[in-house]
Amino acid sequence: MNQNYLSSYVPILIYFLLAMGVAGAIMLLSWLIGPRKPTPTKLSPYECGMLPTGDAREPFSVKFYLVAILFILFDVEAMFLIVWAVVLRQLGMYGFIIMSIFLFLLMVGFVYEWKKGVLDWAPRQSRRG
Amino acid sequence: MSAEHWLFFFFAGVAVLGALNLILQRHPIHSALSLILVMASLAVLYLLLGAEFIAAIQIIVYAGAIMVLFVFVIMVLNAGEEERTSLSRVAKFVGLPLAAVFLVEVCYVLYRAWPSEQMVVPERFLGRTEAIGKALYGEFLLPFELTAILILIALVGAVVLAQKEP
Amino acid sequence: MSEWISRHPELLVAGLKAGVLIFVLLTAVAYMVWFERKLIAHIQSRWGPYRVGPHGLLQPLADGLKFLFKEDIILTNVTSRFVYLFAPFLSLALALLAVAVIPFGPEEFELLGTRTGLYVADINVGLLFVLAVTSLGVYGVVLAGWSSNSKYPLLGGLRSAAQMISYELALTFAVVGVLLLAGTLSLREIVDGQSGTWAGFLPRWHVFPQFVAFVCFFVAGVAETNRTPFDLPEAESELVAGFHTEYSSLKFAMFFMAEYAHIITTSLLVTILFFGGWLSPFPDTAAWNFTRFLPSVLTAVLALLFFRDAFRLTNQYHRVLTFLICMGLAGLAFLLLHPTALVLAQGPFWLLAKTGMFLFVFVWTRATLPRFRYDQLMAFGWKLLVPLAVLNVFVTSFVVAWRAD
Repeated sequence: MNQNYLSSYVPILIYFLLAMGVAGAIMLLSWLIGPRKPTPTKLSPYECGMLPTGDAREPFSVKFYLVAILFILFDVEAMFLIVWAVVLRQLGMYGFIIMSIFLFLLMVGFVYEWKKGVLDWAPRQSRRG
Repeated sequence: MSAEHWLFFFFAGVAVLGALNLILQRHPIHSALSLILVMASLAVLYLLLGAEFIAAIQIIVYAGAIMVLFVFVIMVLNAGEEERTSLSRVAKFVGLPLAAVFLVEVCYVLYRAWPSEQMVVPERFLGRTEAIGKALYGEFLLPFELTAILILIALVGAVVLAQKEP
Repeated sequence: MSEWISRHPELLVAGLKAGVLIFVLLTAVAYMVWFERKLIAHIQSRWGPYRVGPHGLLQPLADGLKFLFKEDIILTNVTSRFVYLFAPFLSLALALLAVAVIPFGPEEFELLGTRTGLYVADINVGLLFVLAVTSLGVYGVVLAGWSSNSKYPLLGGLRSAAQMISYELALTFAVVGVLLLAGTLSLREIVDGQSGTWAGFLPRWHVFPQFVAFVCFFVAGVAETNRTPFDLPEAESELVAGFHTEYSSLKFAMFFMAEYAHIITTSLLVTILFFGGWLSPFPDTAAWNFTRFLPSVLTAVLALLFFRDAFRLTNQYHRVLTFLICMGLAGLAFLLLHPTALVLAQGPFWLLAKTGMFLFVFVWTRATLPRFRYDQLMAFGWKLLVPLAVLNVFVTSFVVAWRAD
């Protein structure tokens, strides 16, 4: 099985090299073949035909950061669930109970953030219902 | 040397170079990209050791989730290029010698351990998903349930820190 | 070098299979665009592309050439030239990579003296591999939006990143429901576990016990690929074109190739996880044996349709081309009657037929549904799909554990 194990991954490496080659070749082609007639206006950021005003670099809503943190935490949880799902049949009811405790704790957190309004993206008055 | 060793040295080299690039780049997004590269090559090293599940988790959780948060923070804060301060000069004069000392130390430890044949044995650790599952939900049940509490604390902490009313 | 290759024929075989799969995938991506334009046109009572080749079949080629001869613009004030160029490259390379572990059929065949199957790589954690590769896909969007240093792409990139990671969660939780029943992470074994029937006629596909998971998975899959009704990142009425506003020429096309490749991957994955992959929907009994000739018969019917067209079309070139296509299809239909080809074609035929059905649904939703508002989109993902998927995991695991004891 040692022979089998690594040799099942080598094709992926070959495939990835080929895929990167294709993507690189496409980028190179468009660079080589396309015409080049740059003008200052063409090379400025697109703002619907207006002159660009101000800088695009402006701080954003902290919501995005919160979503990313929640995603990490739930992703870790999901990974635990995947391992557990594979072996649940060997674990039986014991497995169900331990995961129920785990899920319960996390759902407490989920309900907490729900009630705190982390999942709401619009101000309260503009939301329906 | 077998093909596994060549693969190991290649990806180990990529990991080290990525880590170096992470420190040397001045723009945070380049550093973040280097860190993703380090994570990905570490995943390949796990794979070579036979831990395919850990390798996949390494990509999904570290490269796919934690690094997304890093990139988000860079975007949300709009971090620009690092500025050289007097502190960075201190880091250069104190940090570089310390790094050199650490490198020598690591080399020494490796040299002491070198003669053994067990340094890098590809596929010795067979981290089959079932084996991990059985260990995790049998022997390591308490740490597992504690992890849930840890995640819960992190959830609450994130909300409390970020939801400060103005 | 040649001696080394002759000692390792499996590497050459792997390279060949990888090359063929990438070629087929890129062609499928090109014709997916044609399919979408044609189908949406017909839904809206239009003709769609019909001038370039018969039924517009050469339209993808024309589009590709047009992209090729467009100016390759790189803005003067991009935040980082490297990241700006890296984003489309990463998007496409990763979108292509995800298909590498998809098994297309159970049969093995002989190539250059090596026994090999209808897949590029058959690994034990195939499902996790696909999830890992799609989880990296978010970088293409974020980096493109960020590096353009322009307002619309930045907003589009951020929105899309938040959307993709939110729905990825629902996707992962939905997958757990299937894993509970399958008990393995190998895509091949997941399909094998769905063989057989309930009560003699209903195939044991996961979609029946796991219908909730299927709905969650498919909706999350549509959102992951940034398609309508979840195409907020490229909402043209508010964000111009979202994260790829500042990209031109083939770099612009690469984002779309990546998106369509993602659609195909998601459809393949839905088929494998919930609809029995390559398994035929008919019971495996002698009475249903005639269904084995379906691939051949359907190809022949298609050839006949093209044959009829060859006489009805007015354009001379189109008539010649149609006739050639008809001949090719007829040849293929005869080839599929060959005993080896007949056996070998069963798996891919059913897999691709079911996948085609989901591709149809993808386009159909785009033609039918309006776009979500952003807060509705996030609420839908977090407040409906994630709890629903977790509830599904809870109920399924209870039943599985109950029956295991």
